[in-house]
Amino acid sequence: MLERVKKAQKMMLAACDKLGRVINIMEVCGTHTVSIFRNGIRSMLPGGIKLLSGPGCPVCVTDQGYIDNVLQLAGRDDFIIATYGDMIRVPGNGGSLESCNGSENVRVVLSSEDALVLAKENPGKEVVFVAVGFETTAPASAVAVKEAYEQGVGNFSILSGHKLAVPAMGVILSAKNDKIDAFLCPGHVSAITGYGAFDTIVEEFGRPCVVAGFEALQIVEALAEICRQLIEGKPAVKSMYAAVVTEKGNVIAQKVMAECFDVADGWWRGLGNIAKSTLKLKGKYSRFDAFKKFNIEEIPGKDITGCQCGQVLCGLIEPNECALFGRSCRPETPVGPCMVSSEGACSAWYKYGGK
Amino acid sequence: MVDTNDKIMLAHGGGGQLSSDLIKKYVLPNLGNDTLNQLGDSAVLELDSGSICFTTDGYVVKPLFFNGGDIGKLAVCGTMNDLAVAGARPVALSLSLIIETGLELAILEKILKSIGETAKQNNIDIVTGDTKTVEAGSADKIFITTAGVGERVGGVELGLNKIASGDKIIVSGTLGDHGMTIISKRKGISFESELKSDCASLWPLIEQLLVGGGVRFMRDATRGGVAATLNEIASSTGMDIEICEDKLPINPAVQVAADMLGFDVLNIANEGKFIAVVSHGCAERCLEICKNHPLGQEAAIIGEVGEVSKSALVELVTKIGGRRVVQLPYGRELPRIC
Ligand code: SF4
Repeated sequence: MLERVKKAQKMMLAACDKLGRVINIMEVCGTHTVSIFRNGIRSMLPGGIKLLSGPGCPVCVTDQGYIDNVLQLAGRDDFIIATYGDMIRVPGNGGSLESCNGSENVRVVLSSEDALVLAKENPGKEVVFVAVGFETTAPASAVAVKEAYEQGVGNFSILSGHKLAVPAMGVILSAKNDKIDAFLCPGHVSAITGYGAFDTIVEEFGRPCVVAGFEALQIVEALAEICRQLIEGKPAVKSMYAAVVTEKGNVIAQKVMAECFDVADGWWRGLGNIAKSTLKLKGKYSRFDAFKKFNIEEIPGKDITGCQCGQVLCGLIEPNECALFGRSCRPETPVGPCMVSSEGACSAWYKYGGK
Repeated sequence: MVDTNDKIMLAHGGGGQLSSDLIKKYVLPNLGNDTLNQLGDSAVLELDSGSICFTTDGYVVKPLFFNGGDIGKLAVCGTMNDLAVAGARPVALSLSLIIETGLELAILEKILKSIGETAKQNNIDIVTGDTKTVEAGSADKIFITTAGVGERVGGVELGLNKIASGDKIIVSGTLGDHGMTIISKRKGISFESELKSDCASLWPLIEQLLVGGGVRFMRDATRGGVAATLNEIASSTGMDIEICEDKLPINPAVQVAADMLGFDVLNIANEGKFIAVVSHGCAERCLEICKNHPLGQEAAIIGEVGEVSKSALVELVTKIGGRRVVQLPYGRELPRIC
């Protein structure tokens, strides 16, 4: 293994020499961020390579308005809010799900399926599933909605905050941060979408997109592959995760998503409204759409004062450049979502000493 | 009249007839010995040693019963281990129970049995105790506090101030078994059956190590796991510590569970493992002693103490050759595991 690591490091050094400037590589996915820190990968890179954490942590990119909506629902009688654990501590305007008035109405679930079970067990309550995440969790939400539809579970609905990764990458490059030289693309999202989904980034922006799983060696070799492409000046889409990621992806999951969701414009934290970047339930399933069912208006929320998660997500600043980092904002008292989520950039920096 | 109702009532803690029944019917049959049976306000212990160790710890684990142990076994082993890592042979324990009204007596009895059996296996007596009851909602089923007295083993001096750079760090076995067992059970993870708490009294192994010599400092790596213990050593001694990821003994099921739930095994609690800092020259022999004992078969030298430095960091050399800081865990995600 160490031989392969050395070879990869050599390639990175060569790229730094050839380009003669800092090379900025964005890891899109929060799981990559954590793996990079846990395995000490930053300490192994030449000084000229800079890794930026991107918009791939579902909790972090969720707009403040959505979180405020969830909090409002949690405060209503006869509601059960079913949510993934990471969402429970994200601060909104009136506290977090954990601390809000309705916190006894909040249940942590491991899957959308568990939320549906909750609905069946509590027929007297409205069970709303906080459906966040990228292409990785969206198919499961779709399956739960389909089942609820087929079985006529009337007290179940989802508040879809599902998002698509590729449009966000495009917006970052075109509107926020054009200093990014390449993307390390998320393995599990790509397993669903297929690596072909990143073709547009290469075609439109000429940036290498290399898919990797979460093993340390694979990440290091993906970074080397990016460097190889930069040296040759030939950006391309490449998967280092051949065992799991194919060009076309998981067609069944794509199908169930397409059956239940329409692609729509939507709000992201730090990135604003992005065209064709979110998933909304189709008309056929509107009974299970919590936005429609409970007349919730989708408006962008006001970001938390002082929190710079939006800039962190675009790779414009590193977490420790935020004035609150490590001071008022720490894992035990998080101010922004990037410190709450275990996959958030701020939390990973804090936990692993920012090295 | 204990049996007229099979649940704990407030009056069981009131000091009257019911209290007396509870002690005679449930406590003494399980824990009784010459000293405890006298039911005095204090126990009298006859000790030879000039130097005793004294410790106490509270136990509030949820769930009360888990694979590999229960709150009772934990309360005996945990306090014994606190004595053992201080270089003391555990001599006697006290036991204080705070019981929530409504707890089924059958559960109480099961816990008392476990306490009795664990104490017997480990050759220690519960010599004094107390029982209190509180209203429903004021406690969660049962909280246990034990205190322990131990006799310092002659000629053994352990302490953070004995640690020197170049010393080796030994861990007595696989990491994270207790914490992951509890967390998985609480989260209802299906592979929980493969996980088993390591809850055990470490004295038999520690006694042999102490006789062997070369040990500078020991600590049982409970709450906060190995990361917390090593950070404490680094910050108190002002020395850096380096450990190697590929040397860490970790049970594969624990690793899978930790990865799935997003935990770092280094931060997870153990209830039957210690960290020993031993002199460079004695390290291999100490490791041998551990490996030859049933409690230390998976023991490993995981790293060493570095030089005095301003930052006094604990660093991990990862399998892939990278380095990262091992931080003091912030602990929020691990409620009530011991
Ligand atoms: S350190 Fe805290 S406040 Fe600052 S950007 Fe990160 S999460 Fe937001």
